[in-house]
Amino acid sequence: MELRSNAPSGPIETAWDRHRFDMKLVNPANKRKFSVLVVGTGLAGASASATMAELGYNVKAFCYQDSPRRAHSIAAQGGINAAKNYQGDGDSVYRLFYDTVKGGDFRSRERNVYRLAQVSVNIIDQAVAQGVPFARDYGGLLDNRSFGGAQVSRTFYARGQTGQQLLLGAYQALQRQINAGTVEMNTRSEMMDLIVVDGRARGIIVRNMVTGELETHMADAVVLASGGYGNVFYLSTNAMGCNVMAAWRAHRRGALFANPCYTQIHPTCIPVSGEHQSKLTLMSESLRNDGRVWVPKNEEDCQKDPSSIPESDRDYYLERKYPAFGNLVPRDIASRSAKEACDEGRGVGPEVGGNRLGVFLDFKDAINRLGEDAISARYGNLFEMYERITDESPYKTPMRIYPAIHYTMGGLWVDYNLQSNIPGLFVIGEANFSDHGANRLGASALMQGLADGYFVLPSTIGNYFGSEGADIKRVDVSADSDAAKEAKNAVNERVDKLMSIKGDRSPDSFHRELGKICWDHCGMARNREGLTEAIGQIQNLRDEFWQNLRVLGDRDTLNQSLEKAGRVADFLEFGELMVRDALDREESCGGHFREEHRTEEGEAKRNDENYAYVAAWEFNGAGETPTLHKEVLDFEYVKLTQRSYK
Amino acid sequence: MNQVVHNKLKKGMKITLHIWRQKSAKSAGDFEKYIVENVSPDSSFLEMLDQLNEELSESGREPVTFDHDCREGICGSCGMVVNGVPHGPKARTTTCQLHMREYHDGAELWIEPWRATAFPVLKDLLVDRSSFDRIISAGGYVSVNTGSPRDANETPVAKVNADLAFDAATCIGCGACVAACPNASAMLFTSAKVTHLGLLPQGQAERKERALNMVNQMESEGFGGCTNHGECEAACPKGIRLDFIARMNRDFISASIG
Repeated sequence: MELRSNAPSGPIETAWDRHRFDMKLVNPANKRKFSVLVVGTGLAGASASATMAELGYNVKAFCYQDSPRRAHSIAAQGGINAAKNYQGDGDSVYRLFYDTVKGGDFRSRERNVYRLAQVSVNIIDQAVAQGVPFARDYGGLLDNRSFGGAQVSRTFYARGQTGQQLLLGAYQALQRQINAGTVEMNTRSEMMDLIVVDGRARGIIVRNMVTGELETHMADAVVLASGGYGNVFYLSTNAMGCNVMAAWRAHRRGALFANPCYTQIHPTCIPVSGEHQSKLTLMSESLRNDGRVWVPKNEEDCQKDPSSIPESDRDYYLERKYPAFGNLVPRDIASRSAKEACDEGRGVGPEVGGNRLGVFLDFKDAINRLGEDAISARYGNLFEMYERITDESPYKTPMRIYPAIHYTMGGLWVDYNLQSNIPGLFVIGEANFSDHGANRLGASALMQGLADGYFVLPSTIGNYFGSEGADIKRVDVSADSDAAKEAKNAVNERVDKLMSIKGDRSPDSFHRELGKICWDHCGMARNREGLTEAIGQIQNLRDEFWQNLRVLGDRDTLNQSLEKAGRVADFLEFGELMVRDALDREESCGGHFREEHRTEEGEAKRNDENYAYVAAWEFNGAGETPTLHKEVLDFEYVKLTQRSYK
Repeated sequence: MNQVVHNKLKKGMKITLHIWRQKSAKSAGDFEKYIVENVSPDSSFLEMLDQLNEELSESGREPVTFDHDCREGICGSCGMVVNGVPHGPKARTTTCQLHMREYHDGAELWIEPWRATAFPVLKDLLVDRSSFDRIISAGGYVSVNTGSPRDANETPVAKVNADLAFDAATCIGCGACVAACPNASAMLFTSAKVTHLGLLPQGQAERKERALNMVNQMESEGFGGCTNHGECEAACPKGIRLDFIARMNRDFISASIG
């Protein structure tokens, strides 16, 4: 199989404009003859559904939540990048492009990233026109801040709730189309399989989560906007329901899964407090602008009240190791350093599972310098949230933080048109692999989700219909077709199987164990031995799952244990692929840190000669070795360099 | 101080629960009693329910169904009435952000779903809130297609208006306001959106029509009217203000008389 990016050649600055002109259009009268299924209604799915419906396509959208407004995009805090250069501080489309390619540790496709930077400016205009209440200055113009160590102020924000406000904008646009009858919204609906007819994606099988009924939906194209797979680690900052099922079902039907080992670990989350923990809460990265990260120099001080530890016994390790960037080093570096400090036995906070996994984020110096009021104005809501969860006030005692899984850069492989290797299957937002390479920059997830949904997919899907419409329409598909029936039967059998094992363990207990394997061996630092061991452990756990799972209740009713069981079953297959990918990539880059591959100073060491490619995996059956396909990455514009933050 | 507390082994709590169990929308429901032991004061309210569910599973009984997702107080999925108060006793806190340290060892809690005609119970503590989506569908948006709108900075918005619009826009659509209201009114929810968009220049063209259509939809869904009890504001985890209802009434009346 040859992977073609289908990116236009020629000067990168005009590539997207030329491509848009070259793409086939569908005339307005014909658009209503085409139907699209959209799975997921976060930023990418809601914006794509609304926009395609506005253009005239027939759209059916699906989400597992009770309302499209609840997708986990809503929890994004910090902001959204755009190359507006409103602050006149030297930003440009080219600079945002350059920063994103470099930040991604040179593992993304240049032309996709350039387009992302280009359309970033349209997103802000669109959101403001919808009434998204971004922060403004006293002159009434939009305010910006610098984020995640960027040297320009290009981040637009709505207090600490930017994701919420952007999602509500997209949700409202979607509700407007639902009201107009152009979108049929299916809530509490979970995609259980993809239907491929004659080599094209033509439908999905959905479980109605209220009645338990399996429904067949057929269309001319399928769009997956189903988010990332961070919950394979059990504990993450994702919502409880986030899962890989839609993407994994498509993968099982032939869609290639790209770079699953690129996972992002966010350095500033609230540490685990005990065995009861069900999820982790992120504290905005902006805290590192004023907080100083430290641990005690001596292990015996780790249980002491931090205020009793003198300055001379504190190790401000980021300032020590990275004097130029200090506490503002990128996410992957900050995370790994915290892990190293804790692995040395210098972690703080309660002991959970035999370890103290936490470091201090101290605001004492900032409060002394600026006053408590100024700190409260900047971080008041975050301090409040921290206190609500931990019962400690960051004004009085240092916060405790620890890294947690937050975002996944890998996803289904797509070309420049956001189409997977299955014609008619498009993948957008976090669910695809495309724009962030091996590491995503802060405030770029919202940007990519909305770029894909508002501006890229609605154009490129038109090209698919415009150029292949006759071939698509030639094949008559209905819910009674063989492919649709086969898919429905397969789902039916699988649900029956999950219900009938009647073993001893809950879906949650398997999920927890899988998460621990992945976190221990495929988390912040990975090595050959651990990864090899993890593959065996996951396979054993999967075998046990299918023999010892217990799902209570009935299948033909609202059944949260059954929902969970189906998701965990797919995580048990996906987890193995993620570990295999991490084992195969003999280099360190971005969020993928292999202990065998580091510089003399202990930093990540890429291997551009052998690994400057996208690893796209083909499914060969559960437990079977997948086939690796490579898309080689060319860097015509950004010179490959070693990242340095010393 | 805090370190010392951490390092003491925190004693697990014993909690008695009376939980509303209802098999489906059509069946009758009732309270069932459960006892959960060894609950960590650091666990969240929903993690305490997770613990109960894990124990129910182990003993072959069906777990309690409840809506939840982000568990950080922003998605609006969770919500239950605890001892008569939506989202429990802590002000401006969703159920998922409520922690067991708010209760004492031996506490007895009555847990119910939101109760409102427009929020039918689907199972146990989980209700159907699609009526909220239909209220938004009736006009809770600015009618602008994706395309090439004018540059975002061409229309300045006074900071005071932008900030107030944001305050209104922080509504998470959880439905606690309805659950708290003796009339099961959705005025606080509806007025939050009317206020958010009505304060911004982008929302002016449809301002009156929006208020009219959204209020009419609210009434047709079976929500009650507002009689100024103020329970909604007290229950709201996001601090949505009662005076937004006054703003909406002004737009509604002005739209009604033309």
